[in-house]
Amino acid sequence: MTTIRDRWNNLSRPAQWAVLVPLVVLIFFLPDLNPPIIATTGTDFPTAMFDVARYALVAIGLNVVVGQAGLLDLGYVGFFAVGAYVAALFTSPDSTLHKIPYLWTLPIAMAITMVFGIILGTPTLRLRGDYLAIVTLGFGEIIRLLADNVDPLRGQIGFQAVGTVGGKPLFADATTWYRVVVLIIVGVLLLVGNLERSRVGRAWVAVREDEDVAEIMGVPTYKFKIWAFVIGAAIGGLSGALYAGKLGFVNNQSFDVVTSMLFLAAVVLGGAGNKVGVLLGAVVVAYLPLRFVQIAEYNYLIFGIALIILMIFRPQGLLGARQRLLARGRQAYHRLIGRGEQVSGESALSGDHGRVG
Amino acid sequence: MSASLVHTQSWIQFDVSGLAEQFWNNTVDGLAQGGIYALIALGYTLVYGVLKLINFAHSEVFVVGAFATWITFYLLGFRSGATPDLSVIEIIGFLAIACIAAMAVSGATAVALERVAYRPLRNRNAPRLVFLITAIGASFAIQQTLKLIFGLNQQPQIRLLQPEPLFKIFGAQVTNIHVILFVAAVLLWFIADYFVNKTRLGRGIRAVAQDPDTATLMGVNKERVIIVTFLVGGLLAGAAAMFYMMRIPQGAIYNGGFLLGIKAFTAAVLGGIGNLRGALLGGFILGLVENYGQSLFGGEWKDIVAFVVLVIVLMFRPTGILGESLGKARV
Amino acid sequence: MLAAAAALAMSACAARDEGGSSGENTASAAAPSQAANAANPAGDGKAVCSGVSLAYAGTINGASAALGQNILRGADLAVKQHNQANPNCQVTLKQFDTEGKPDKAPGIVTQVINTPDIIGVIGLPFSGESKAAGNLFNQAGLVTISPSATNPALADNGWKTFFRGMGNDAVQGPAAAKFLTGTLKANKVCVIEDDSDYGVGLASQVTQALGAKASCTDKVKTGQTDFSAVVNKISTESPDAVFYAGYYPEAGPFAQQLNDKGVTAKFVGPDGVKDAEFVKGAGSGANNAYFTCPCVPEDAFKDFTAAFKQTEGADPGTYSPEGYDVTTILLKGIDSGIKDRAALLNFVKTYNGQGLTKKFQWNDKGELSDTPVWSYRVENGKIVNNGQIS
Repeated sequence: MTTIRDRWNNLSRPAQWAVLVPLVVLIFFLPDLNPPIIATTGTDFPTAMFDVARYALVAIGLNVVVGQAGLLDLGYVGFFAVGAYVAALFTSPDSTLHKIPYLWTLPIAMAITMVFGIILGTPTLRLRGDYLAIVTLGFGEIIRLLADNVDPLRGQIGFQAVGTVGGKPLFADATTWYRVVVLIIVGVLLLVGNLERSRVGRAWVAVREDEDVAEIMGVPTYKFKIWAFVIGAAIGGLSGALYAGKLGFVNNQSFDVVTSMLFLAAVVLGGAGNKVGVLLGAVVVAYLPLRFVQIAEYNYLIFGIALIILMIFRPQGLLGARQRLLARGRQAYHRLIGRGEQVSGESALSGDHGRVG
Repeated sequence: MSASLVHTQSWIQFDVSGLAEQFWNNTVDGLAQGGIYALIALGYTLVYGVLKLINFAHSEVFVVGAFATWITFYLLGFRSGATPDLSVIEIIGFLAIACIAAMAVSGATAVALERVAYRPLRNRNAPRLVFLITAIGASFAIQQTLKLIFGLNQQPQIRLLQPEPLFKIFGAQVTNIHVILFVAAVLLWFIADYFVNKTRLGRGIRAVAQDPDTATLMGVNKERVIIVTFLVGGLLAGAAAMFYMMRIPQGAIYNGGFLLGIKAFTAAVLGGIGNLRGALLGGFILGLVENYGQSLFGGEWKDIVAFVVLVIVLMFRPTGILGESLGKARV
Repeated sequence: MLAAAAALAMSACAARDEGGSSGENTASAAAPSQAANAANPAGDGKAVCSGVSLAYAGTINGASAALGQNILRGADLAVKQHNQANPNCQVTLKQFDTEGKPDKAPGIVTQVINTPDIIGVIGLPFSGESKAAGNLFNQAGLVTISPSATNPALADNGWKTFFRGMGNDAVQGPAAAKFLTGTLKANKVCVIEDDSDYGVGLASQVTQALGAKASCTDKVKTGQTDFSAVVNKISTESPDAVFYAGYYPEAGPFAQQLNDKGVTAKFVGPDGVKDAEFVKGAGSGANNAYFTCPCVPEDAFKDFTAAFKQTEGADPGTYSPEGYDVTTILLKGIDSGIKDRAALLNFVKTYNGQGLTKKFQWNDKGELSDTPVWSYRVENGKIVNNGQIS
């Protein structure tokens, strides 16, 4: 894999695009192609693809928080839930709020989730490491339980007909939804990639590697941690709103701790810190259980064992993280040493950072 | 009286009179349930103190003990239905056998977990996040295996000891089960505390918790310490499982450990993770708060109250009520 | 003909005996006998069809799976009996597991819809998943008969394809109230609900029907095992009866803990609690337990029970006879030569016939006209019929 990585890095930008664009087009038309082995036989393939796509979007958002900034967030499903409930509250006939067209709920969901991110982050991001983890876990659970207890949020009864316009869902079939999400993913990838290469991204790397040193060197760590949290929250909320629109039914049963864990697994499996890696991770986590839904009994057993084995043999994830510390790194490296960016051998979340044994 | 006439009146109530009325009942029940949380929390706190690792699969170590308890009762010839008529000696004997079985199975599971899932990662110097994912994977794997073997539903309840009211505290009925649970939790905690503080192995644990490299230099066998830590955590979880099955005989179900595990972990952090006393304190506090919260706000607020308390405590005291201590020399 | 009359007489005798030996809290205790003109899936043995299937969509391995498996077995028995008697018409029953979850259901349901040979569906058993996926069936024109989803609002969605195989909670609620106040003579009832759609809806119906007699209420959560606070509250309130609106996994430990505390109130649960698993889980707490159910006791359906045990290898459970009945209706449609979804939908819409459990005729919302509610109690560790309520 390393040689492929080296060759990829040595390619010029236009050459990389020449490979990527057909790949994206292929992914775009995947539900129509219905490839024989890949197509899920036990459940609807376009719906399955949509599920994979929304997991991928979530993974990108969580990657910003966990992978880029190194903040251990175990309650990410809370942001996802907030996004879904915003979409439900503003479009479902079951809710008492004033109705607005579904597409408007997407930016509103992002905005509200960002507010939640600030509310959650401000008091808690002063905590370190594992304490942050347990507090975020607590928050995720609090959001799920609030959705259950607070009557206007309708608990398990839920909201029906979310995202419908006059009784009809916005897009008639799953394939269109899938394509919308793929387009959004491409857009978000570009935005996040830009952030990575900017001052903000570098600050995140600094915070992740050694927060104390970063603070001493003058990086306003707290501010950038909040940024990471908020951006991650926005992406999570967006994904939640899309999920609500597609499914048409929102209740609190989809937002439990296990889902948070699966999101995290997608990020770590793919390679925390690598935004393309986490896409792969999301594919593994979301797609495999759907592909093997006929052996539903053994599904999650195999999944659990696969997680253990994958982590033992590839702890840095499928695609390890890369240090992108220069804005125009590729050209700089080419000028300096005549070839592409050096790939850091290990994940940026290297072993010595958190002492474990 | 405090009951609401129409149940949809409001989704949250503020029933102070109900709380006052049930205060001592809730205290007694809360301490009993809190004992279970405390014993499980000890496992989390020990492993975290030594390895700085949140062992998410500990809930499965617990539930395996619950199944072991059930199987032991079954093999001893007891069946579901009415509680059998046994003398005190017999009850103590059978319970002891079940306890030993549960502790053995849980301890073995914990050690196996360490060997199979965590040690290869430690040898490869994996980042902390990876351990978390492996723990999740192990948790899934164990749960699903139990589901395949024992099925989806709770095992039929087998109970050896019927709760008998013993005495009253301020009007609250205290049963034999309450007393047993409370005493067992404190006793086992005391033994664990003694082990960690007064024995040589315990010193090794504290040394590795404080500074693993120096401890190795000073002659402590780090690998042995780690195995012992997991083992002790597992033994305590097994004991907790047996006592839990005494209180709630329907507890042997494949996903029965999950919520308990999260709550116990919350209790450990509440008291100060890495701190044995904190685990005990956190467990009792959590048990009490859950019950008070139910009486005050309504039955459905049970779980959320626990998490809110956790978040508030961590805001003001980030290292938990009693702070971290396993890795710090104590006077 | 003679044999049928003899069978009818014999089963009626058996029912009468049962009526005599049941306990004091019984209304009309006789379980309905196997009606002589009940639709039989075997039909006349001369049906001809090809390439048509039915589907069961619902929980098989997920939460509260026992409830789904009961229905599946009933449906399976009907199909097997049909196929055995009709060599020229072999219908396949395809199974789809939604795990009872609303977010899994749409994907699975879309799969069912996209399978062209499926022209009728038995399912979805739970109300939550029905809400999430019902519209998909409606758009595809694929008829579904649910033998257990009791939420009344489901029929108000305007789904042409939704049919219910038994009475809904707006029927069960008042019947339960009648049972509590009339048969059990309770003046004070505590209504406890869980957080499921089913529990909340049913509790609200029962509370409304009980009026001032529902003097205490509280809520618990699915997955809860420790009910101390609620038990303490009930113990202080000292009601005559406790009605638990929820499912059997929580009801079991709850009933036991009530019993441990010394609460003598009668414990009443609805169809979600009426399962052998409850009795296993409640121990001695089941001794005082009663159930209400829009399902019909199968005690006197001797042939059905015997065939069930032999073919499925298990005892029939809650809604097994209903599952059997609705599958039979769909099979009758296939036997009459129907090959497509629209025709089968129309067949069900206009169907009027007797099943094992009741007369089946639907109104334009998919609700039955004949909706009996029965009560049950626990006797010697088994759930037995306690008489019809309404």
